[in-house]
Amino acid sequence: MKILVAIKRVVDHNVRIRVRPDGTGVETQGVRMSMNPFCKHAVEAAVQLAEAGHADEVVVVSIGPKTANDVILTALAMGAHRGILIETDAELETLAIAKLLAKLVAEENPDLVLLGKQAVDDDSNHVGQMLAALTDRPQATFASAIKVEVQSLEVTREVDFGRITVALPLPAIVTADLRLNTPRNAALPMVMKARSKPLAVRPVAEFGVDIAPRLTVEKVSPPAERAAGRTLGSVSELAGFIAGDIAEMEAL
Amino acid sequence: MAVLVLADHDLGTLSPATARVVHAVAELGPIDVLVLGEGIDQVATDAAGIAGVARVLVGQGADFTGDFADAIVPLLQTLSANYQHIVSAAGSVGRDVMPRLAARLDLMPVTDVVAVLGPNRFERPIYAGNAVQTVTANQPKQVLTIRASAFRAAASGNAAPIEPVPHQPVASAARVIAAHRTESDSPDLATAQIVVGGGVSVGSAEGFQLIEQLAKKLGAAIGATRAAVDAGYAPNDWQVGQTGKIIAPDLYIAIGISGALQHLAGIQGAKKIVAINSDAEAPLVKLADVALIGDLFTIIPELIAELDKLGFKRP
Ligand SMILES: Cc1cc2nc3c(=O)[nH]c(=O)nc-3n(C[C@H](O)[C@H](O)[C@H](O)COP(=O)(O)OP(=O)(O)OC[C@H]3O[C@@H](n4cnc5c(N)ncnc54)[C@H](O)[C@@H]3O)c2cc1C
Ligand SMILES: Nc1ncnc2c1ncn2[C@@H]1O[C@H](COP(=O)(O)O)[C@@H](O)[C@H]1O
Repeated sequence: MKILVAIKRVVDHNVRIRVRPDGTGVETQGVRMSMNPFCKHAVEAAVQLAEAGHADEVVVVSIGPKTANDVILTALAMGAHRGILIETDAELETLAIAKLLAKLVAEENPDLVLLGKQAVDDDSNHVGQMLAALTDRPQATFASAIKVEVQSLEVTREVDFGRITVALPLPAIVTADLRLNTPRNAALPMVMKARSKPLAVRPVAEFGVDIAPRLTVEKVSPPAERAAGRTLGSVSELAGFIAGDIAEMEAL
Repeated sequence: MAVLVLADHDLGTLSPATARVVHAVAELGPIDVLVLGEGIDQVATDAAGIAGVARVLVGQGADFTGDFADAIVPLLQTLSANYQHIVSAAGSVGRDVMPRLAARLDLMPVTDVVAVLGPNRFERPIYAGNAVQTVTANQPKQVLTIRASAFRAAASGNAAPIEPVPHQPVASAARVIAAHRTESDSPDLATAQIVVGGGVSVGSAEGFQLIEQLAKKLGAAIGATRAAVDAGYAPNDWQVGQTGKIIAPDLYIAIGISGALQHLAGIQGAKKIVAINSDAEAPLVKLADVALIGDLFTIIPELIAELDKLGFKRP
């Protein structure tokens, strides 16, 4: 089968972000960027399926500025075969991202599209589900295991009550959760080799998609600060605090 | 115009999130609650009891088993003609279904809403809760998911009319092979008043029973870090944080938890935080209202004994 993986370049998940004092957004200038962690799990899953002989081609796509090339190179170094950058300097909403990906799915016709379950910058958790709607394909979100059967997948999903395993006919859309696998770190020879793999750069305008935003972000604010705490000296003090706090809570 | 709320339920029980969602959107218009599934009479009755609910619409059918988005969305899409807001809790069903519905309606969904400022103005957290966005949605309808922990529950005592919704069953392309439910009699994590959370330092599944003992003593729900879940000490549905459940209890007791950004994302709404940790420099100790420095394996049994000494009891 052919697999398309959508990957996003985001502020590295270890960076403690700073809200701009004027409330216009989060400071991304001079901040370390990397592949969205969930997307890494999606790439790893695709590469593992290729290594197991289930997939013959893994194509990765990222939508964003020229610099998003670096996450595509990371995915190619992990073992993906070909990359596509849909280039735009605009900050796109998830609806526009899903529409662009739907156009690409129509062109590439992959049997499986893998995405991350959410991007850790906007924390939306939308695009996989929206792409499934626009391409009229079944979806399995929050996947922690994927098994290939004949023309179908067995996907285990992490849900509120625990886990649910579902059979999903192909073609389908699957979004990756963190327990799906352990993404590899590409060895240096793979990183070198990635540079010679095909990487197409296509301007967003080529896709004829309306990317005008639907939401106006009025402001971005930091969360409320918590009051400073104190350290207790003994377990009995702690027991007293907990009992007192619960008594207060129940009095309300 | 009216509001349609998709009820959240499992095994014939309405989740506590639904009353909170109803409260969150109470100002937006008359509220109909939609209950989908089989064996859902009690769910419908309980939904009808939530204050502020105008009608409960019931869609009975095996086609809704497994909560598959491709089976639920066609009915929501049909019903959406009569509503300006289509809303659910930001649980695993709402997160799965609502973006799919929004794309079908050519709408941008607004998800994980923590404040409703008006019919089309909302606040939602981004960057694991390290920033909050205020957005205005310039579109004719809104598809929303609500972070239940950010709102109080609507009162009960209502008896709204319950009506069947006729619908053409749409079978999902997918089918359930197996479901694995975590057996636990502890309260619902996402809406619990008290949560006891354990980290990977608990060291084993048996070690986690210490956390469970304290939780039982306090009548608390049980939470865990991703590291504890990954290690197999706790089930995945106990995970708290950016990728797990978001909690806002009155009291959170974090035991052997370092306080990584992604874990903190899930507990920002907690009123009081207690940290028990061997490391005085751990970020969670710095953040906590009250901290005790020491070894959790000595502290927890002592704490339970001290609470007994105080005659502490919770129903
Ligand atoms: C994209 C992404 C999403 C993530 N989502 C989540 C999420 O939703 N939830 C989540 O929790 N994590 C999440 N993580 C993982 C997170 O970054 C941390 O790795 C994790 O929270 C650490 O768990 P921990 O506190 O149990 O372990 P550690 O960080 O290893 O901390 C262990 C703590 O226990 C203390 N300790 C050790 N021994 C004892 C003892 N005997 N007595 C008392 N204290 C002791 C130590 O001092 C330390 O503070 C995510 C990570 C990524 C990359
Ligand atoms: N700009 C983008 N380019 C490529 N893929 C994206 C982009 N934005 C989101 N995605 C994909 O959609 C997933 C979910 O993102 P989101 O819905 O924004 O939380 C991500 O993990 C990616 O797989």
